[in-house]
Amino acid sequence: MDVIANQLFAGLSMASILLMIALGLAIIYGAMGVINLAHGEFVMLGAYATWALQTFWGIGILPALPLVFLAVAVVGWVIEKAVVQKLYHRPLDTILATWGIGIILQQAVRLGIGAESRFVRGPDLLSGNTQIGPLIMSNYRMFVIVFSVAVLYGTWLLMTRTEFGMKLRAVIQNRGISECYGIEAKRIYSFTFAYGAGLAGVAGALITPLFSTIPTMGTGLVVDAFLVVIVGGLGSLIGAASAAVLIGEATALFSLVINDTLGRIAVLAGIILLIRFRPRGLFPTETRR
Amino acid sequence: MKRRDFLGGVGAVGATGALAAPSLLTMTGRAMAQGNDIPVGLLFSLTGAVAVVESTLHDAALMAIEEINAEGGVHGRQLRPIIEDPASDPATYADRARRLMIRDKCVSVFGSYTSASRQAVLPVTEQRKNLYWYPTLYEGRECSRNVMYGGAVPNQQQDDLIPWAIENFGPRFFMIGNNYVYPKEENNYCKTLLEEYGGEVVNEEYVPLGHSDFSSVINRIRSEQPDVIFATVVGDSDVAFARQYHAAELDPAKMPVVSLTRSEVEVKAIGGEAAAGHFSSAPYFMGHNTPENEKFVEAYKARYGADTVTHFVSEAAYFQVYQFKAALEKLDPGNITPEAIRDAAVGLTLNAPQGEVLIDENLHTHLWSKIGQWQANGQAEVLVESSERIAPKPYAAYDGQSCTGEGLVKA
Repeated sequence: MDVIANQLFAGLSMASILLMIALGLAIIYGAMGVINLAHGEFVMLGAYATWALQTFWGIGILPALPLVFLAVAVVGWVIEKAVVQKLYHRPLDTILATWGIGIILQQAVRLGIGAESRFVRGPDLLSGNTQIGPLIMSNYRMFVIVFSVAVLYGTWLLMTRTEFGMKLRAVIQNRGISECYGIEAKRIYSFTFAYGAGLAGVAGALITPLFSTIPTMGTGLVVDAFLVVIVGGLGSLIGAASAAVLIGEATALFSLVINDTLGRIAVLAGIILLIRFRPRGLFPTETRR
Repeated sequence: MKRRDFLGGVGAVGATGALAAPSLLTMTGRAMAQGNDIPVGLLFSLTGAVAVVESTLHDAALMAIEEINAEGGVHGRQLRPIIEDPASDPATYADRARRLMIRDKCVSVFGSYTSASRQAVLPVTEQRKNLYWYPTLYEGRECSRNVMYGGAVPNQQQDDLIPWAIENFGPRFFMIGNNYVYPKEENNYCKTLLEEYGGEVVNEEYVPLGHSDFSSVINRIRSEQPDVIFATVVGDSDVAFARQYHAAELDPAKMPVVSLTRSEVEVKAIGGEAAAGHFSSAPYFMGHNTPENEKFVEAYKARYGADTVTHFVSEAAYFQVYQFKAALEKLDPGNITPEAIRDAAVGLTLNAPQGEVLIDENLHTHLWSKIGQWQANGQAEVLVESSERIAPKPYAAYDGQSCTGEGLVKA
């Protein structure tokens, strides 16, 4: 029983990391229909930005979060303006273009900073564990869980309670008509892409104390994030959240029952089955393009 | 780092163009050396996934070559390094090895970190009757007459380690490794030793290469409460594992991680604080106190930066070049073939940074076994050092098979 409780917590922790990475991807895809294969590299840039802030300016992870968000958002904004914007009517080309951008970013970091793994110190404030009965929870992992829920809520507020969100939803529903009403769809798209990129950067910053910071770290993460987005239903926030929890917990429980290698296979097989019966994911959004 | 990576990338495109440069420069000084130098291949990945480690091996081997050249070469002939970048892809290793051995007429090629890349080069080097110098510790079970193995095989890392760990911590071992041949073979040998010394395996677990979330493994360790975590996790997985192990506040004094793969490179990325208190078994640690090592570390830092580290694979990449040189010196300068070099190398002793090493007739190397405990400053303090060199037995886990000077012998 103790093992199961601890394993459920581990699953929740994995889910929170998955959610942080997938959220940006889900927003970009849901709003713009752009499959952003450079998303993993945004995560990696976030991790390296955290490393740079800590190593050169002595800024810890927590105060660095808003700076990292801004820095990666700016990178995303520039990429959207320079490349993605020219390709809105050619979805296949955006896949290729963002993939290429991903490779460029990865190699740029490798050449500019070096290929070896970098060390980022975790926040002292959140070191240690909290024990409730048999359940032992790492404080840092708990923080990531709370933080990801907060970001999810914040994003939901942004989408539903602000003028920007209203415009974005209008553009998603019908771009032509919204433009007739004076909404500048281009600008909305740029901000959305930048916001998604910024979220990826924050995700990268959050995982640095747990994972190893290397130029290729994004490649594996983006695959998991895509799984979350596909299972959750394209572009749905609540879908992304529930899919992240589902995949995280499934991974944790399978790896408890069998082991990590076979557990991974079982999770992927489960996802294939799910897509077979719900091809548009758990919570598909009704949109018109 | 960045400059070297860039040069590596350029080297891959215009290999000969860029690489003729060192010999052209030396030509002006010694006209005699022209056309008379000795071509040697360097086949380490400077780009791609394993470049993190392999570029350090490349650096160490290249440094040795240039040191030898600066001292006048071998029989007055310079070594001409020909650098290829196989970009971490096994098929490219085979292709570039062929190019080095056929087009560039290298009498030896130094290269590889992973077993996959060594095995890709193996058929090429055997077919061309060339010589491949492989510096990495590996899983054994191989006995080529065309590969010089400079790293430890399982018995050289474990023979001292396992009885020591049982005595100091207890008999219950938790095995964790990445899911490929190296960890499985190491664990295989470890199990035979555990049987001999009265230990037991409480869990044996393999995670995919590049696996980065160890929370379920750590939960299992917590509930099993083993005495020793026997780790063969490699590269970034090991970094993630060590950091999460530390974050979970598992105490190294009660449940130490004993690793065969964790070196100064990984510890630097893990952070000294999280690595402190755990153990590694290796023939070499950066802090080892010999004049050869002092010279090696000093030269390496002077050349590649004060914050760089040397480790048990880069040390072998370095001393293997000197073994190659010593073998060449025994030969008639007019008649240098890879097979003659091999035969001359057998039985050679050399003062390597780790201590005096000897090349066995099975072409593996007699090495010193050391058990080091990691300290918060990122260096290991050697607690146990073998009193004599340990002979390489690549088939130690397999009864009735042994690797000899005539190749593999089955009883």
